[in-house]
Amino acid sequence: MVRRQWDVLAVISAGGVLGALARYAVSRALPPSPTGFPWGIFLVNVTGCMLIGVLMALVAHVWPGRRLLRPFLGTGVLGGYTTFSAYTVDIVRLADAGAATVAAAYLVGTLLVALPAVYGGMVVTRWLVRR
Amino acid sequence: MTVLLVALGAAVGAPLRYLVDRAVQARHDAVFPWGTFTVNVVGSFLLGLLTGGALAGVVSGEVSALVGTGFCGALTTYSTFGYETVKLVEAGAFGQAFANVAVSVTTGVAAAAAGYALTV
Repeated sequence: MVRRQWDVLAVISAGGVLGALARYAVSRALPPSPTGFPWGIFLVNVTGCMLIGVLMALVAHVWPGRRLLRPFLGTGVLGGYTTFSAYTVDIVRLADAGAATVAAAYLVGTLLVALPAVYGGMVVTRWLVRR
Repeated sequence: MTVLLVALGAAVGAPLRYLVDRAVQARHDAVFPWGTFTVNVVGSFLLGLLTGGALAGVVSGEVSALVGTGFCGALTTYSTFGYETVKLVEAGAFGQAFANVAVSVTTGVAAAAAGYALTV
């Protein structure tokens, strides 16, 4: 399995580097504070979720059969850009610093904005390509 | 320098996420996305360890950039978690979609807290 997939692994790795560097740039521009809402990673996860919705609609309806497109942009760039570990650790870090309300708002707020963003990106893109 | 460490960690973390997902998904035929769950929980634990260690002064900024921002950041994913949840909703598997959110968030936060508590 793996031996025939070096090209897939290579584009995922390259995409992951680009995505992670974009996330790093956003978190440098909006650095986290000990008790403040983590707007940087919030923004990263929400925009990354919207973009995967857009991408999956494009892969299904506009560019089917491009073997490396989804691994590069979806698994690589958007997978490397968005992050679950910073989300969970920031919740713990905020709660430990005494900012339990901010931690709870961040936990729920990311879910309530990011998950509809996936759906919104997908539905709007489908609608646009079918016009 | 920091940028290179982030890039190096991500160059390993992203393809490892793909390989773990493939390996986990090949071992069951349920619709539940256990592969993404696995990388997100493992990555949360590891970043919890590093963040606690950084606050305790035993993890350097270089290690945080390489293993935390780079590797853990790219190993874990919110976009695939979101997409797989929405796919379950679209398939009418509302219970599975809700379970994916509830189990991923509670287990992920618990894993992060466990790692953090070990080193902070």
